[in-house]
Amino acid sequence: MGKITGAEILIESLKAEGVKHVFGYPGGSIIPLTDKLYGEKEIKFYLTRHEQGAVHAADGYARATGKVGVCIATSGPGATNLVTGIATANMDSIPIVAITGQVNSSLIGNDAFQEADMVGITRPITKHNYLVKDIKDLARVVKEAFHIARTGRPGPVLIDLPVDIQFKAAEFKYPKTVALKGYNPTFKGHIGQMKRIVKAIEKSKKPIIYAGGGIILSEASKQLIAFARKTKIPVTTTLMGLGGFPEDDPLSLGMLGMHGTAYANHAVQEADLIIAIGARFDDRVTGRLDTFAPHATVVHIDIDPASVSKNVHVDIPVIGDAKQILKELQNLIKEGKHAAWHKKIAEWRKETPLAYKQDNKLRPQYVIEEICKLTKTEDVIISTEVGQNQMWAAQYYTYTKPRTWISSGGLGTMGYGFPAALGAKVGRPEAMVFDIAGDGSIQMNIQELATAMIEKIPVKIIILNNGCLGMVRQWQELFYDKRYAFTTLAKKSCTKCPDFVKLAESYGAKGVRITKKADVKKALEVAIKEKGTIILDFIVEREENVFPMVPAGESIGNMLHGLA
Amino acid sequence: MPKFVITVLVENKFGVLARIAGLFSARGFNIDSLAVGETESPDISRMTIVVEADEKILEQVKKQLNKLIDVIKVQDLTGGEYVDRELLLVKVKSENTKTREKIVQIAGSTGAEIVDMGKKYLTIEETGDEHKIKALIELLRPYGILESVRGGKIALTADK
Repeated sequence: MGKITGAEILIESLKAEGVKHVFGYPGGSIIPLTDKLYGEKEIKFYLTRHEQGAVHAADGYARATGKVGVCIATSGPGATNLVTGIATANMDSIPIVAITGQVNSSLIGNDAFQEADMVGITRPITKHNYLVKDIKDLARVVKEAFHIARTGRPGPVLIDLPVDIQFKAAEFKYPKTVALKGYNPTFKGHIGQMKRIVKAIEKSKKPIIYAGGGIILSEASKQLIAFARKTKIPVTTTLMGLGGFPEDDPLSLGMLGMHGTAYANHAVQEADLIIAIGARFDDRVTGRLDTFAPHATVVHIDIDPASVSKNVHVDIPVIGDAKQILKELQNLIKEGKHAAWHKKIAEWRKETPLAYKQDNKLRPQYVIEEICKLTKTEDVIISTEVGQNQMWAAQYYTYTKPRTWISSGGLGTMGYGFPAALGAKVGRPEAMVFDIAGDGSIQMNIQELATAMIEKIPVKIIILNNGCLGMVRQWQELFYDKRYAFTTLAKKSCTKCPDFVKLAESYGAKGVRITKKADVKKALEVAIKEKGTIILDFIVEREENVFPMVPAGESIGNMLHGLA
Repeated sequence: MPKFVITVLVENKFGVLARIAGLFSARGFNIDSLAVGETESPDISRMTIVVEADEKILEQVKKQLNKLIDVIKVQDLTGGEYVDRELLLVKVKSENTKTREKIVQIAGSTGAEIVDMGKKYLTIEETGDEHKIKALIELLRPYGILESVRGGKIALTADK
């Protein structure tokens, strides 16, 4: 190969990384690249309607497939529109590579048209980022970017590419290896530490596994199942860990934390041993720190040393890859029983099950339960927005496989779910993809309906429409004397603002409004059969709350329950 | 808050300083001093950072420093054996021969050098540990310090 342009080098590098799909939006400083992508056979470019849609789609693609998601935007506003999505991916350790155009190298720092210092802006929200100043560095930078994004604790990497670098010609040779002196993630666990874990398990009477998103990221689900079943240790997962352990397994306690199951939270508080795997003791999990798991010896298996003893003191840390470590532990551990402990947990499960009021009203939890029932045998991916919709989707759908749950956990980004669902569907076209939404969050990236229709990416949008920003309203109800400051979205002056059925139709999608509980099943059956994109607008009880709930700053043992 | 001396070996690339400074500033830690320069191999730089910080939060910062791709090694020298040096340039008022003689005498007594002489001032260069630098400043203060500059602390570990 003779000399080729920077744009071509980038594309050849993407191909070398096995990239088949990219999500993006054109603009002045990225035209040389989009021009070369035009008509490109091996890489499909998905045109979104907003750069935020592109970055969330790349993120959803990564979560659904385990591959690195790629998004492309122009300089300045195009690039800054990626910021929320990059921060979202960063908080949840999702591997994406964001490519942004930059103004001509000679203009950088001169307040040029559509200039923004993207390396500066994204420094604290990326795993790493690059400004390419020399065409000779480009292939190496792409190689490093993908390597950094997908290895160790994954995360987003940004490549800022000045427009002149896209034009310049150079020899192309894709490096085979990366040489980064300061980056060598530890994969293999320390054998001495693993033996200490085994001893701690043998000594323990009330052990619990607390599994996080690291299980999904390291593809360690099978190993976790084997480990839990052999030791008979119950498993609770974080929001990010949903699907990492089958929730229909008798050992599963569902999710823990602020809106976790009461029995999971009680078990954590009573446990004498907590085995945290690929989790980071987030405040939504631990509640008040000084009361968290007071009796427990804490084991922490994680690839990121910075996660260890960050919030909760860890007694036995093991740094490394969760899958590898669980594999090795499997050979060291003995079969366990813990009959008394299981009996105790069963009592909690009976006393305080996950429940909501059973009546004839259209309650959001019921909608999720029905989706779960109707799609049990299907290959389903559930994406969510953020707020009550997300919590009900977490609580009332039974996740049994990894990469079937896609949600913005750490950053809590409203408007994430729909574009992420599109990305997931592109990555896993054979799967049935739902976006569980609220009427607030769906409006944050509703413009992507055009992407869904034109690019033919059919997803099923379930709007749990309560006419308000439900989760904030819930906090206002419980802690702010029902002062519903700026959380009411549907008002008398406009009860359907917007009319989601008409809105769907205006894009050429299907729209159905459901106002009665009796119509839920039928509507869902229609949606499941539907080949194209469909919006189901469920008008649900406005003042329904997510329970159990641990108020912010409380011990996770102190939960509010909806049904006394 | 206690003071810490941290040395960081980094790739000698643009943007590295901003990444490192960002980790401290994001937590509201003020960097007392920071010195950067090439090491024996030109593609690696050594930074010496002196920072006042909460110990527990600093532990986390050190881990985060280690996570930066451009950071090769982080060492906390605090509490261990090390040698450190600072550089001082200080411009002192000296308007007559009498004060001039006294200032030259003070400088001579600590081994400092006179590096510039003006009509109404003397500029003195001193190297040494923080204690020595501070002592000299205090001795010179009565004469009137017009301007002064201190290079950040540089440090290397030492045998016990």
